[in-house]
Amino acid sequence: MKLEGSVIFEKLSREDSTSLQPIVSVKGLTKVFGQDPEKALALHRSGCSKQEIHEETGETLALNNVSFEVMPGEIFVLMGLSGSGKSTLLRCINRLIDPTEGEILIDGEDIVGMSQEELRATRRRRLGMIFQNFALLPHRTVLDNVAFGLEVQGIPEDERCRKAEEVLRMVGLGGYGASMPSHLSGGMKQRVGLARALTSDPDILLMDEAFSALDPLIRRDMQDELLEIQQRLCKTIIFVTHDLDEALKLGDRIALMKDGVIVQIGTPEEILTNPENAYVERFVADVDLTRVLSASDVMRRPEPVAQCTAGPRVALHLMEEHDITGIFVVTRQRLLRGRVTLDDAAEAVREGTPMKDILITDLPVVAPDATLSDIISLITKSPYPVAVVDGAGRLRGVISRGAILAALARKGEDIRAVA
Amino acid sequence: MLVDGIEEYFGWLLDGASEGLRYLVGGFEDLLLSIPAPVLILLASALVWFVTRRDIRLAGLTALGLLLIWNLELWDLAMLTLALVIISTILALAISIPVGIAAAGSEPLNAALRPALDLMQTMPSFVYLIPAVIFFGLGSVPGIIATVVFAMPPALRLTNLGIRQVPRELIEVADAFGTTPRQKLFKVQLPVALPTIMAGVNQCIMLALSMTVIASMIGAGGLGYQVLVGIQRVDIGMGFEAGLAIVIIAIILDRITQNLVPQHENR
Repeated sequence: MKLEGSVIFEKLSREDSTSLQPIVSVKGLTKVFGQDPEKALALHRSGCSKQEIHEETGETLALNNVSFEVMPGEIFVLMGLSGSGKSTLLRCINRLIDPTEGEILIDGEDIVGMSQEELRATRRRRLGMIFQNFALLPHRTVLDNVAFGLEVQGIPEDERCRKAEEVLRMVGLGGYGASMPSHLSGGMKQRVGLARALTSDPDILLMDEAFSALDPLIRRDMQDELLEIQQRLCKTIIFVTHDLDEALKLGDRIALMKDGVIVQIGTPEEILTNPENAYVERFVADVDLTRVLSASDVMRRPEPVAQCTAGPRVALHLMEEHDITGIFVVTRQRLLRGRVTLDDAAEAVREGTPMKDILITDLPVVAPDATLSDIISLITKSPYPVAVVDGAGRLRGVISRGAILAALARKGEDIRAVA
Repeated sequence: MLVDGIEEYFGWLLDGASEGLRYLVGGFEDLLLSIPAPVLILLASALVWFVTRRDIRLAGLTALGLLLIWNLELWDLAMLTLALVIISTILALAISIPVGIAAAGSEPLNAALRPALDLMQTMPSFVYLIPAVIFFGLGSVPGIIATVVFAMPPALRLTNLGIRQVPRELIEVADAFGTTPRQKLFKVQLPVALPTIMAGVNQCIMLALSMTVIASMIGAGGLGYQVLVGIQRVDIGMGFEAGLAIVIIAIILDRITQNLVPQHENR
C-alpha cells in the first residue's frame, strides 16, 4: 500500500521541480538502424515517413526527433506498444545504443559526446539499469551479482559485500546472498536485479519493462515496493512499459510513444482525461476506470466538520445549517475521531449526553491512493460515506456513492465520446 | 619450393622450437615416471574423486583401469603418451582459446579463420605428418606439432561460439555497469561461456590422444607405437592391450575435464 507520505512527496517534488534543473534532458534525439544512416536522415528531413524511408533505403527510423526532460526524483514512464522505440530510447540514455543525432544531457553533461572513459564513469556512478529478463549473471551468487557494480568500480571486497548485503536486506532478500540465481523465483530474481542497480547508488534508474516478465500479483507487489523505495531513496526513474495500468500507477509523468515519436507527455490524469489525439484515446479507452481512478481523484472536501471539543449542540447546528444528515468529528489536527448523525445529535441535545457517547467510530476508511474498485466494495457494505484518511490519520476527504457514480459516468462519457 | 625456402630461412627457428619441445616432453615424461606407479594411480583416483564431487564409483574404476595398464607392463609407454597428450593440449589451447576469443570479437578474423579451420578438420590427419617430418625430422616433436594442428579447431570453434552465445542482455549488463573491455571479458563473457569452452577443451584432449597414436608412425613413441608394432606383426593381443590402455586413459581424461566446471543454467 502506498502511503500518504509518497503522495505528498510526489506533489512536493513536482512543485519543487519547476525551480530545479532537469536531471535528464533529451533534445532532438534521432536513431536510424542500418548501414547508411545519413541517407535515411536526408530522406527524413525531406519529409518522408518511416515506411517510405524503410522502403527506399532499408533503414529503420527507430527514434524520430524525440525531446523530453526528466526532473530529479521523478518517475518518468515511457509507454508504447512493441516497436514504438521506447526501449531504444531508454538504451540511448546510457548509450547501450548510440544515437544517430541529437543530444542527451545528464545534469547538463552531454553523454553523446563523451569519451569511452567518461562514459564508463557516468555509467558506473550515475546510471543504474534493470532488465526485463532480469539478466543476472548465472555463474555468480546473488551477493556477487548485487556487488557487481562496485566490483567493476574496484571497491574492496569486504566493503562491497557489506553494501550488497545491506541492499539485499532492503529488497527483502536478506538471507539469500549465497544462493545461485537459478534457484530463485522470477520475483526474487528481479529483486536481485533491483538491488544490483541500487548498490552503486546511482541517481538515475533505467528500468526496461522491469516487471513485464512477472505474473500479475508479484508485479503489483514489485510496483508497490518500487514506489516505496523510490520514496525512501529519492531516485529519478525512467521506466519503460507497454502496460498502461502500470504506467498510470507508477508514473509522475507519462510519455506515450508511437513509431519513434512521443505522441503525448503528461501526468496520468492528463493522459486519461485529456488524450491529445486518436491514438492516445484508443490506448486509454481500454483502461478499467475503477482501477485507475483513486480515492483522491473522486473525494470531496469534508466540509463542514465538527471539532471533538465542541458539544452535540454545535454539531446539530452545523448539520442543520448545511442541510446534511451526518457530520465527521475531528481533532484540531484534523485527526478523524468518528461521525455523528443528525438524529443522534438531536437526541443528545435533548437528553444532555456528551459527544463521545453518540460518536460512531465504525466507519469505512480508505487511503488516498485506494482504487475505486476497493472503495466500491466498501461503500456497498456501509450506510455511511467513506472517509479518506492519510497515513497520519488525518481526514483528507469524503466519498459518497453519488461521487463515485458521477466520476465514472463523467470519465466514461469523455472517453466514449472521442473514441 | 616453398618448403625449401622455409627450411633455408627459418631453419634456426624450427630447430630451436624443436629442441625446446623435445626438452619439454622429455622432462614431463621423466617427471611422470619419477613418481612410483602406485602413488600416481592413487593421486589420479583422488583427482577423479575430487572433480566428480565424490563419485566413489568413478574413482574406483580409475584405479582399476590404471592398475590394469601397470599390470600389462605398459606403464612407461602410457606415461609417454600422457606426456605427449598433455603438452600438445596445452600448446593447442594456448593458441586456440586466445584466437577463439579474438574471432568472437572480430567478424573479419572469424570469416578468415573459417575456411582454415574447415581445412584443418577435414584434411586426413596422416597428411599433417608429412610437413611435420620435413620440418622437424622424426620423433616426438613432429608428433606434437601435428597433434596441435589437429586438436586445435574444436577448442577454437567452441571458444568462439561460447562467447558469441553469451546472451545479449548480459553484455548489456556489463556495459550498463561501466565495465572496461577487459572486465567485460573476464567477469562476464568468459565465465558465462566457460561450459562451452570446456566442451572444446574436452574435445581437444580427445583429439590429441587419438592423434598421438597416429603420430607414432613418425616415431612419436608411446602406446601408439605398441599398436603399430602389433599391426606390423599381426599380433592381436599386443595391439589390443595397447589399444585398451589408450581407451582407459581417454575415459579418465574425459571424465576429469567434463566435471571441471559445474554446469549452470542460463538465467
